[in-house]
Amino acid sequence: MTETPVLEVKGLKTYFYLDDEKVAKAVDGVDIVIRRGETVALVGESGSGKSITSLSIMRLVDKPGRIEAGEILYQGKDLAKLSEKEMTRVRGNDIAMIFQEPMTALNPVFTIGNQITEVLRKHMKLSKKEAFERGVELLKMVGFPRPRETMHEYPHQLSGGMRQRAMIAMAISCNPKLLVADEPTTALDVTIQAQILDLLDEMKKKLDMSILLITHDLAVVSEYADRVLVMYGGQIVEEAPTDKIFADPQHPYTKGLLESLPTLDKETERLGSIKGVVPPAYRFPKGCRFSDRCPYAMDKCQAINPELKHTTFDHKVRCHLYE
Amino acid sequence: MTKYIIRRLLVFFPMLFALTIIVFTLLKLAPGDPYSQIMDPNIDASVFEEMRKEQGLDDPIHKQYFRWVTSVVQGDFGESFRHKGRTVAELIWSRLPNTFYLGAFSVFITIIVALPIGIYSARNPYSLFDYAATGFGFFGLAVPNFLFGVVAIYLFAIKLGWFPAQGSVSQPGLAGFDLFLAKLHHLFLPGITLGLSSTAAYMRYMRSEVLSVLGSDYIRTARAKGLTERTVLYKHTLRNALIPIITLLGFEIGTLLSGAVITENVFKFPGIGTLYIESIGARDYPVIMAITLMLGFFTLLGNLIADILYAIVDPRIRYD
Ligand SMILES: Nc1ncnc2c1ncn2[C@@H]1O[C@H](COP(=O)(O)OP(=O)(O)OP(=O)(O)O)[C@@H](O)[C@H]1O
Ligand SMILES: [Mg+2]
Repeated sequence: MTETPVLEVKGLKTYFYLDDEKVAKAVDGVDIVIRRGETVALVGESGSGKSITSLSIMRLVDKPGRIEAGEILYQGKDLAKLSEKEMTRVRGNDIAMIFQEPMTALNPVFTIGNQITEVLRKHMKLSKKEAFERGVELLKMVGFPRPRETMHEYPHQLSGGMRQRAMIAMAISCNPKLLVADEPTTALDVTIQAQILDLLDEMKKKLDMSILLITHDLAVVSEYADRVLVMYGGQIVEEAPTDKIFADPQHPYTKGLLESLPTLDKETERLGSIKGVVPPAYRFPKGCRFSDRCPYAMDKCQAINPELKHTTFDHKVRCHLYE
Repeated sequence: MTKYIIRRLLVFFPMLFALTIIVFTLLKLAPGDPYSQIMDPNIDASVFEEMRKEQGLDDPIHKQYFRWVTSVVQGDFGESFRHKGRTVAELIWSRLPNTFYLGAFSVFITIIVALPIGIYSARNPYSLFDYAATGFGFFGLAVPNFLFGVVAIYLFAIKLGWFPAQGSVSQPGLAGFDLFLAKLHHLFLPGITLGLSSTAAYMRYMRSEVLSVLGSDYIRTARAKGLTERTVLYKHTLRNALIPIITLLGFEIGTLLSGAVITENVFKFPGIGTLYIESIGARDYPVIMAITLMLGFFTLLGNLIADILYAIVDPRIRYD
């Protein structure tokens, strides 16, 4: 018998009800499985629904968005059914999240110490003093050279990279089983990016966490992820272990993404080799959602949206070419 | 912080200096001087000349200015023309506490009414409550103080008899808590009249501030940490939303004083505002100038307080 996955999302649909009776199907039937200790990457172009997927898992989608359907099983318990109050005990405690913008993700008027200890006091019920000491420990763990002083500093006194480290310290403070990282390094310098990702990887191993890593940087994926989910138009279009995605990309969209990856031996970067843009979530093409940009599109593709099907035991693709 | 405050003070004092120059110039431009009021045909004009010289009114202008500023700084504004034998300072002191109570009461009303409504509106935008609050907001901003005051007197004082129509405490012999209640009773109508437009304005500020803070990244972070909606609202949101509000309250001092001039006159309320208008009517220049100077001074002081408060509530400035 296999272990229950840390997270199992089944048939998740998150829709936005827009003013003019349009419905933006930002997430439209997504399945995700994340096992213990695994780093799963969720990749896709801007607007493909990655952030809304991660916010749905945290039950943090704002109006006019709403989780329409699906189960979000955290260690077998359906988060979609929890009350708001029960959900506050899950957030930051069982599942933690870090965001793209370290510059604005921390509250400017409270010290780093204040913002770390409030999580510890909420979930771990620590006293003020215990929480402070634990905060110092956490800051030290994520690489602050003077953790005790930093506890009294404000976010604006730290650089972007250091703020993201502080965010990580807050996120891991209650030993979550799952860390959702939505483009955690996109806003940072290249050199800092690697440091932050290495830190995440180190913490994952140390604390026995799983990570859902959202990114559109395939270089990051190849280095840190165990498995990859490729997302397009609110749906998963391909799923495979990382090495297989790079060795044998099957969906035309995945191929396009890989071709746009700058490689060392090519002088000219072929960025953006997929023509066109992601269609808005309230106006997907009929049939396959990638059909209007796909170089291999057939008549069938315009008519019927393919199912996500196994091509091998650990490789799934949503494409008529593989039927 | 210290550096920041010093920088603010470096702006404050030149402004104050400019204010005294302006008021002094107005004083000099005003027709006549203390002696042109005394029209006694039995006294020879040359006697007045003599007295003018004695008083230094023929001195070079800068000497006169320095003498004036020196006495003003010591709280000496000279004597009133109208109330013979009473100093301007005495007159002002007799009225200032009433205006202070009026201002404090009106700010208090503004805060306890505007902030909760603004917060509630922001948490339930485009709800029925929000639309009603918006409607009230436009009403409060559109209706002039004096008009609201007159209608309030007619309705609540004359028709319904709930509040006194004018003045301040009239029965002598009141003391302690009874006096306090009587004062409050008299303050109520002028207080809400004076506070009406700022209540409306602050309600709108608060709503838009809370709304914009609620949409910010750090609120999403706070929620993702598992904090309850209470903590998210009362700690993370309010602390940020109040920064601009607290700053505005500093600027409010000046607005309040000029508003008090109109409101006090509508209600015949014995404060600085009524004294100002009475003095203008009687061409009592020393009193007019003193109050003008005071209004200017408090406005500048309010701005200074606003700047300092801003630094206290916002760490990004405090640690510059
Ligand atoms: N508040 C909203 N109202 C309406 N539509 C929204 C809203 N938020 C997101 N969407 C829609 O959901 C879709 C997915 O958005 P999402 O933010 O998940 O994209 P993403 O993959 O994270 O992109 P990026 O790489 O830019 O972060 C978008 O096409 C957008 O139109
Ligand atoms: Mg995103």
